[in-house]
Parts: sequence; structure tokens; C-alpha cells
Amino acid sequence: MGHTLLEKVWDLHTVRTLPSGQTQLFIGLHLVHEVTSPQAFDVLRARGWRVARPDRTFATVDHIVPTRERTRPFLDVLAEDMIAALERNCRDFGVRLAGLDDDRQGIVHIIGPELGLTQPAMTIACGDSHTSTHGAFGAVAFGIGTSQVRDVLASQCLALEPMKVRRIRVTGTLSRGVYAKDVILTIIHRLGVGGGVGYAYEYAGDVIARMSMDERMTICNMSIEGGARVGYVNPDETTFEYIKERPFAPGGEAFERAKAWWRSMASDPDARYDDDVEIRAEELTPVVTWGVNPGQSVPVTGRVPAPNGAGGDAQAIADALGYMGLRGGEPIAGTRVDVAFLGSCTNSRLSDLREAARIVSGRRVAPHVKALVVPGSASVKRAAEREGLDEIFRAAGFEWRSAGCSMCLGMNPDKLQGSQVCASSSNRNFKGRQGSPTGRTLLMSPAMVAAAAIAGEVTDVRALFT
Amino acid sequence: MKITRLEGTALPMRGDDIDTDRIMPARYLRAVTFEGLERHLFEDERAGSAAGDRAGTVHPFDNPVYRGASILVVNRNFGCGSSREHAPQALQRWGIRAIVGESFSEIFFGNSLMIGLPCVTASPDEIRELMERVEERPNARLRVDLEAGTCALDGFRCAVMLPGHARDALVTGTWDTTGMLLERYDEVDRVASRLPYVAGF
Repeated sequence: MGHTLLEKVWDLHTVRTLPSGQTQLFIGLHLVHEVTSPQAFDVLRARGWRVARPDRTFATVDHIVPTRERTRPFLDVLAEDMIAALERNCRDFGVRLAGLDDDRQGIVHIIGPELGLTQPAMTIACGDSHTSTHGAFGAVAFGIGTSQVRDVLASQCLALEPMKVRRIRVTGTLSRGVYAKDVILTIIHRLGVGGGVGYAYEYAGDVIARMSMDERMTICNMSIEGGARVGYVNPDETTFEYIKERPFAPGGEAFERAKAWWRSMASDPDARYDDDVEIRAEELTPVVTWGVNPGQSVPVTGRVPAPNGAGGDAQAIADALGYMGLRGGEPIAGTRVDVAFLGSCTNSRLSDLREAARIVSGRRVAPHVKALVVPGSASVKRAAEREGLDEIFRAAGFEWRSAGCSMCLGMNPDKLQGSQVCASSSNRNFKGRQGSPTGRTLLMSPAMVAAAAIAGEVTDVRALFT
Repeated sequence: MKITRLEGTALPMRGDDIDTDRIMPARYLRAVTFEGLERHLFEDERAGSAAGDRAGTVHPFDNPVYRGASILVVNRNFGCGSSREHAPQALQRWGIRAIVGESFSEIFFGNSLMIGLPCVTASPDEIRELMERVEERPNARLRVDLEAGTCALDGFRCAVMLPGHARDALVTGTWDTTGMLLERYDEVDRVASRLPYVAGF
């Protein structure tokens, strides 16, 4: 009987079974940012502990950084305090920091892979639920809270319970205009926002095998929106090609040895899964969310559901429609948007910006729409500018910003105002998510966001292909 | 601190998939401590609700009949979304000592356990029954017994589930994990040294 990647990585990183029955798991890479770490560092300071493995720890700033005016001190005193705290903590505890002016700065889940910090068969932890992104490389990556950040800082370990593995095979061929974002939104819609609790999702099948690393990251990123704390793809040649020659990747002959080991850690062909699901690519279309959780989506050609009947589901639909200001039974296409946001750890990589730029090139953003592009990292920004993507976006009427989490969660000055409707390439359409208590979010692929920006309403991007 | 039995009045918070952005809006994460977070619990949906919203509904956290409640009763997938520990921190600082629900998001469950806030589950029917009873008699006392795995209110009694490790950790007072993880650091070093990416390829 073979083993899954999850089982192999778990076994190799197990220190011992704790008296509680949990597994003490060694964490190979700890990524740190300004929002979920200050209280953890304070505990270390109070108890006289050091950071156990500064060499396995890397920090950056992303959640609260302004994306326009970055002069210090920030106008937002609270944000300034948080950045200053992270700078002080990294200095005091010897943690590497890609700070605001560092050319490696960016969203933590974008820069880990970019720098080659993220590698197959590692265990990775970060105080952020989208840490599952790193699973695209065949890493087992956990989103954690601040008390667990404290644990990892102090001991380089976590106390965890074993997980089941659900394999999700995406098979066939995606049609044009259907992207990784549509695949994961469909998976979440079908399996539910709580369907993955207790599971790691292993994404497999020929569609995933043909995907680029950027696309795989989009899929793994949103595992948590389906309830699965961990999502991964088995490492293959695409993975190795991406990692090769990155700053923290093994070089020369070591890279060849690393590849052999990485390959050996992939799930065996005869591995046993706790559950197995198949998604047929031919059935997929561009998808848009209409509600207040990422499972509430319809094909762009579809209609918003009506709250028929009694019971909890009808109540949830009615509640979501009320918040969103939508009427059940209406087509989702044609829903007017006020803001178009291209960004977030889900979809702000170079390939996302290229695809969106292809749509907006030679077109203009609708007059009533505020549109902004927030590249995921300083490096993505530079690469996009080298290709002239910034000029394409600017010419179309988009604002071109600096890297950060930005309007995905509105912790910086980029927020929805009032009950604005936002076409967003981000990951969460929760009530109030984008910084306004009554703001409304429609999740979709970057190309669909670009199309919505141009049309001023939700529209099928496939009609804009030339 | 050992946590074995919790007793107090309850607060029903109806709805599936209540996410941590709703529990604690992101703008209140702009702070270097958890202090005072309880003032912003569910703030966005509570705006104006003390006087009743358009439908005349008062948010449970504003409803005076639940003032002083210490046990929260919730539905399915409570605490989904963001891993912000600020959510359970705020609930605990508000006075919540235990949560009884149909199910919880994994990260929320873990974050709550880390701060000694037990999240126990019961069947959807039992949760419905509990919520109805609490709404009828808000001053009735709910008792959650982690050792016996039961909860009781006003003659109604049902089993509550908690994974074995979590129950053991709470009832033996070992839910603060850092000490345990630091205990045998030589074993950690041994594991690290067998990992090719740590030891060198």
C-alpha cells in the first residue's frame, strides 16, 4: 500500500506524540507578517524565550501597507505602530525581514514561492489562513493563529491532529475563458464551504497537471474557503522548473539531488484516499459569486438562486440576497459594479495581470467604475512594468499601485465606500470584508474582473476575446 | 488551569458559516495587543441594532436578555475564514467561556483551544432545541461538562462531542502547548537534521 504526500511529509516531520495525543510536528518554514505576530513576540519577550530557528523564519509586511503613498511614518498611526513593532521584533530576535523598501517585499504567499523559500515536502506555517497557497509546491502548509505563531517562534513546532486526505481530480480540458479561479470556486460550490473540515485537499488530474505554478497557487490558496486547512498538488517537472535558480533554491548538483527527493515525496500511485472526487473540466464555465460566502456562486451565464421553501438554506439565501441587494431569479450578468479590484494572494501574480491586461488592452474602464491593480509583490510589479502592463492598465483607466493585501481585506486605506459593489479577484465575499461594513463583493477570475471593469457590470469575459 | 465544567446563561447566535470577518472586522486587527477587542465584536452587524434594525431585530450581543451570558450557542461551520485569533480572543474577553455548536472551522477551533475556550459540538436537532429553549428562557443556566461529555439546560440534556486530545488538554490544564513543545528540544533537532532541506541537499 502506497502513501500520500501528506502522510510522507507528516511522518518525516513528526517529533513525537504529545501527552494530549496530538502530533508534535517540526515546521520547516515559518512565514511572518505584521498583523498576527506582535502578540506572539511579546510572549517570547515576557518569558525570556528566543526564536528557536531564525534560519527557518522569514518576515515581510503586506496586510496594512499603503499601496499608494508609502512615506514613513504612515498617516495611519496604528499601521505605523504595527510595522514598527515588526521591525523591532525582527531586529531583536534575528529574523530576516523583507520590509517596506525591500525589493523582495510583497504578499507573504506571493514572495515565499518567488524567493524559492517555498519548496516541496516542507511543512510551512504562517499566521494567515491562505498559507494553503504554498501547497501548490507539494508543501504541507498550515494557516495558524497568533498563539500557534508563538509556538512556532519558540519551538519551531506545532501541536496538530492528523488529517484525512480527499483527492480532487480535475479531468478533461478547460475551455477558453475558464481559469483556475473558476475551478476552485466550482469545487467550493460543490463540496461546500465547510466540506473540507478535517481534510487536506490533494488536487490532481490532467487539468491540474497541465497548470502553471501560478494557477496551482490560485487553486491551493482557496482550499481554506472550502474548509480545508491544507491543499496541495504533487510536485512535478513544472514545480521543479519554477523553483530552479530562485534565490533560496538549492543550486547546481544539490538541485538535482533535491529534485530526486522531492519526486520521492509525491503521493504513490497506489496511495489510499479517505475520499475521492472528480470534477469534469468540460462542465466548467466562468463563475461569479452572488452571496456572502465563496460557495455561493453561479456560472456567469446563470441566475441568482431564489430562496425557495423553508429551512436554513432558504434563510441563508434570503439573508445573502438582502445583504447583496440582489433579487433571486435574476441573471448575475448585468449586475452593476462600482469598483474593480485586481489583486490579493489568490490572483495578483504576473500571469494574472497579463491575462487581465489582454482584456483591457485598447479598451476603457466604464466611467462610473473605480479600477485598481495591486500587484502581489514588488517583484511582480517590476516584471509587469518591464512588459509594459502598467501602461496598458493606466491607459485603460486603472490605477497602478504598489504591492500589498490592499482591498482584499481593507486593512490599509484601500476600502470600499458605503455599499459599493466590487468585482474582485480576491478570495472572500464575506459581509464587510473589503473594508466597508456594507460593502459588497463579487468574486471572479482576473479576466472577468477586467471585463467587468470595462463593461461596468458583470459580463461574460468570453465575449471580449478577439 | 483545568477546565472541566462550565455553567452560565447562554446566548444563541443563529446562522451557518459565521466567518471571523463578521466576528471581528479587519480594521480592529490594526493593533499590537488583543486588549479591548471585545468592544468591537460583530460591530458591523450590530451597528444601530441596540434599538432594533429595520425589521426590529436586536443583535443577540446587544439584546439585554443575554447580558452576562457565558456560553455561546451556534450553528454550522462557526468561525470560518480568516485565521485571526482576534475572533476567539474577543469572544473570550467579552465573557464567553464555552461555545456549543453544530460544527466549527478547524482553525477557529484550534485557536480557541489554544486560549482555553472549549468549542463542543452537538447534533443539529439538539442545537435547535437548545437555541429555542434559551430564547424562551434566557435566564436558564446551561451546564457544559467536558469530562462527562454532556450539556444540560432546564431539564434538557444532550451529549456534546470534543476530540479526545482537546478534552484531555482542557481537563488536565495542558492546553498551553508551548511548554510541551519545548520540553524535549533534542528530539526536535534530531528530526530537523534528517530533513534534507534543513541539513542540506
